[in-house]
Formats: sequence, C-alpha cells, structure tokens
Amino acid sequence: MSTAPLLHVDGITKRFGGVQALHAVQMRIGQGQIYGLIGPNGAGKTTFFNVITGLVQPDAGRFELDGRPYEPSSVHRVAAAGIARTFQNIRLFAHMTALENVMVGRHVRTRCGPLAAVLRTRAARREEAEIRRRAQELLEYVGIGRLGHLQARTLSYGDQRRLEIARALATEPKLLALDEPAAGMNATEKLALRELLERIREDGVTILLIEHDVKLVMGLCDRVTVLDEGRIIKEGEPGEVQRDPAVIEAYLGPAHAPAA
Amino acid sequence: MKPAATLAALSPRTRALAATVLIGMVLLVLPLAAGALGAAWVRTLAFAALYVMLALGLNIVVGFAGLLDLGYIAFYAVGAYTFALLASPQLTDNFPALARAFPDGLHLPIWAVIPLGASIAAGFGVLLGAPVLKLRGDYLAIVTLGFGEIIRIFLNNLNAPINLTNGPQGITLIDPVRIGTLSFNHPVAFLGLELSALQLYYYLFAALAVLSVLMCVRLQDSRLGRAWMAIREDEIAAKAMGINVRNVKLLAFALGASFGGVSGTMFAAFQGFVSPESFSLMESVIVLSMIVLGGLGHIPGVIFGAVLLSVFPEVLRHGVGPLQEQLFGRTLIDAEVLRMLLYGVALVLVMLYRPKGLWPAPQHGAPAAGSVDTGPGAVTSRSFP
Repeated sequence: MSTAPLLHVDGITKRFGGVQALHAVQMRIGQGQIYGLIGPNGAGKTTFFNVITGLVQPDAGRFELDGRPYEPSSVHRVAAAGIARTFQNIRLFAHMTALENVMVGRHVRTRCGPLAAVLRTRAARREEAEIRRRAQELLEYVGIGRLGHLQARTLSYGDQRRLEIARALATEPKLLALDEPAAGMNATEKLALRELLERIREDGVTILLIEHDVKLVMGLCDRVTVLDEGRIIKEGEPGEVQRDPAVIEAYLGPAHAPAA
Repeated sequence: MKPAATLAALSPRTRALAATVLIGMVLLVLPLAAGALGAAWVRTLAFAALYVMLALGLNIVVGFAGLLDLGYIAFYAVGAYTFALLASPQLTDNFPALARAFPDGLHLPIWAVIPLGASIAAGFGVLLGAPVLKLRGDYLAIVTLGFGEIIRIFLNNLNAPINLTNGPQGITLIDPVRIGTLSFNHPVAFLGLELSALQLYYYLFAALAVLSVLMCVRLQDSRLGRAWMAIREDEIAAKAMGINVRNVKLLAFALGASFGGVSGTMFAAFQGFVSPESFSLMESVIVLSMIVLGGLGHIPGVIFGAVLLSVFPEVLRHGVGPLQEQLFGRTLIDAEVLRMLLYGVALVLVMLYRPKGLWPAPQHGAPAAGSVDTGPGAVTSRSFP
C-alpha cells in the first residue's frame, strides 16, 4: 500500500479558556488508508476533527492535504479542498428528501448560478440532470437507493448515518472524515457499516475515523492514533496500540493495565 | 368523485398543461368580469398581483433561506422611489443642471425601469444583508425591522438640505407606464373590447407576477435553491458541504429585494404618486403575514396567501359597512379596524391549527413511528456514553 501522506498535520494546538484541548497534535494519513482516531471521552477527538475541517480555529498548526498546504480558515474552503465530514450528532437537512440531501453535496463541484437557473439554459439542465443522477447513484452505493423520496428526518437511525456518508461522498472528497459513525448502531448495522467503509477505501477514498467501538477500529483501521487529554499517547498499527499499557490505562484506569 | 378520478388518470404533464391553460384563462377573463362589478375591483386585482410579487420575493429570503426579514417593504419603497425620481418632474424641478440636460424632463421607459428598479433594490438588499450575515432569528428580525424604518425615515426627511424625495408630501406627477406608443393612462380598444387603464395595469402586473412565479420555481429547483434550503435546515452542515454561506445568503437578500423593487416601480407608476407613509412597518408585517398564512416556502401557498390577504380587505370594505347598516342602522366598527382584528384572529388560528400555513408544501413520506428526530439533542442522547 502506498504511504505517501494524503493528510499531514503537525503541531496543532487549541486552548478553550483554561482547557488545553489539543497539545501539539500531529498526524500523517497515508493515501488509501483507513485511519483510526480513538481516545476516552473528552480526549479532544472531535476538537481535532473540527480543527482540520475548519469549524474551529486552531491556536497553532500546519496543515497539508495531498502535498499542498491548506488553511482551515473556513469550512466551505476545506470542503472544496477535498475533506468531507460527517457529524457525531447527525446533521442532515431534516426536511429535505434523502435525494436532495445528497444533491446538496454536489454543490461544491458544480457551477450553475442564479441566471442560468432562471433561464434554465441547456448547460444548467444538463448539470442538474447530472447532479440528480450522481446523487441517486450514491444513495444506491450506500444501500438506501429506494429511500430517496423520503424526508431525511423520517429515515431510521442507521439509514441517516448512511445518508450522511453519501452526502459527504457527493463532494468528491480525498479524505472522508467520519465522527463516530457507528455510535448507536446495533451489531448488524455495524457490520454493514464496516463493509461500506471498506468499499469506500477500495474505491480510492482515504478515511479518517473517530470511533469509540475499539473492536470496529481494530478490525478496520490500518493505523491508529490514541488521544488522551489533548495529547497523542500512542500511534501505530492496531495490534501494537491495543497492547500498549498507556492506552489500556487511559481507557480502563491503572488497575487494568497489566491484564488486557 | 368522477371528475377527480379522470383527472388523476392524466399524466402529470397533461395535468400541468391543463392547469396552466386554466389559470391563464382565469387571469385573462378576471379583470373583464371584475370591470363589470366596478373599477375598484379591477384595482384590487392589480394590487393583488403586486402583492404576489412582493410575497414571492420575501419568500425567497424567509421561506427558502430561512432569514426572517421584517423590513422587506423598504425594497418596495426603493423601487417606487427609483421610478418616482426618474419619471417625474421632481428632479428636474429641483436641480437646474438636470433640467438643462433633459429639456423634456426625465421620462424613463418601462424596459429601462424594470431592470433598474430590480438592480437598485438588489443593491440595497446586499447593503442590508452584508452586516447581518452572522445574525439569526430574533436578532436578524430586529435589525431588518430597523433597516425598513431607516429607509422610510430617510425618504421622509430627504427634502432638506437638498430636496431629493420631497419629504412627507411625497412625489407627484409620476408618469404612467408607457409601452411604445401605448400609454396606460387612457382606455384602449382591443379586439372590440374597451380596456380601461386599470385593466391594462392589471394585465401588466399579472404578466410580471407570472414571470416572478416562473423565476421562483426555477430558482427553487436549482443548485442555488437547494443551497438556500440547506442553510435554512442546518447552517453548519451546509458549510461542510462546501456552500459559501455568505455569498448564498447575500444572493437571497439581493434576489428577494429585486422582486420587491420591480413591484415598487410598478406601484409608483400605477398610483402616479408615492409618499413615505405607503411603506410603514405595517406593510412589511402584512407581506410577511401573507407568506406565513399561505405556507412559508411553498410557492402556491405564498400566492394564495398574497391574493387572500390583498382581496380580503376589499371584500370587508364593501361587505361590512352595508351589512352593519342593515343590522344596526349604522356602522359600528370601521372596516379598517375590523381588518386588523380579523388578521390577528386569522394568524392566531392558523398558528394553532395549521402551523405550516393554509397551503403548505406536501410532506414526502409520513414520519415513521418512533423515527429519530435529527435535532442535535435527540441524537446525542443516543450516542454512546
């Protein structure tokens, strides 16, 4: 597997008042990897996510995507640069249909402006048809092709998660960043999610995964970073991370450290 | 049941075509029928068409993009004063230099007025939009309310030190609409029909309203329309989809304002007179009531609301007075007072029993039992502790 870094960030620091949320965090995600970011509650995982996607401004840090430096100063520019994300608390466009949700995802890769829309030019019509076709394709890709006409809020929980992934994929990301995609899923749904993520990787999209479910992360990820209290305590292959005493201590407390 | 069944059997395309033809015929025949009842009714219909344009414009801002605007009538005022200044003796009377430049006076033709009114109002839309980009909900409402009042107060006071707007007296002697050699201040014979000036205005306004509907429908179904709705639903998620929220919001303000501007120019030509008191806060509230009552964000509902609330006061005016005379021998409650009372009651009832308006957008897919609400709170409670 190629290991040229797709995402390379270094020295990310973020302080919220008296809380040091991130302390000199660095990460190299190789092209085509599924990269796991784990850590106990409050470790700073979501803050890290928000920083690299431009939602929260860091105090310091260097950012590089696919060999080019990028400035995570606004969320829509990061999306245009090629990082798409999902949210820990699903954030769909609740009153739009599933298909429309994915169509919104095509926004950043399409051009049609108000004048072309009002005149319904040939180019606008062609683009619109293409958006619709691609959105439907993505719904089918994540396995909810028949639910396109339903309002997003009426979908089941697992399907909402899938829809959010489809919507993120619609922006043609180089890096797909998923914030706890398996949260609240049952075993069957998790299995299906795992298959979906593996398929997305096979299709050439690199994935950054924040997840609480250690079993899922260990089974799926090529590399894992463990974050605790805003610092990286371990970085490596899933197997070695799992055996690391510091990681076990962070998760289970000092008493459990020897018996993993 | 029979006609409904046969109607359903038709393909959607045929049905849409049939509806278009039907609506077109009604729009054409309506002023002739109303003309037989009295000129006041034709006037009411013409105003209804203007209000449809206003409501559609406000619907872009409030209904599509979810930005509550309580000062929308300011754009109507901007349009009206644009035309009033450029097609009346106001400027040439007060600025000798202009009078020398235009010895025949300023008389803009309609093909120049409509785009000009639209673009100047759009400029004001951006002017309002730019400082309020980060505001939402109540805060946005307060600022837009202030904006509407500022425009009105400016118009009211710009008669000194230089007399630009003629202050509270307003601007008079505004040209009627002229298309080629056809001037809208005389009746015209057409196909054996005598069309009054009012009826001519009605046809012009109805045509503009239909054009506005077409533009709104196309915008709604476009990439931009989806971006507006995405912002309305969840601004952060919209940003994460690569939508430049700032530009898209400004576009909503500008495009919404341009409808108000065109409507305003037509209002000025129609009345021949504008003054600041036509653009009070109450007017903004009425236009907002139209779209809320009709169905926020749903174009047919918005049109319905606009027609209902613009025709309804006239019905009251003609119905309530005589009715009270008959019942009590004199008028106890003035129609104007009763109108506000009924507006209030109607809005309260609609909010209670039809919170999405009288004609809301159809819901795709009924909410499944026990479905997850996507509000942040509801979902967090389900994620792992």
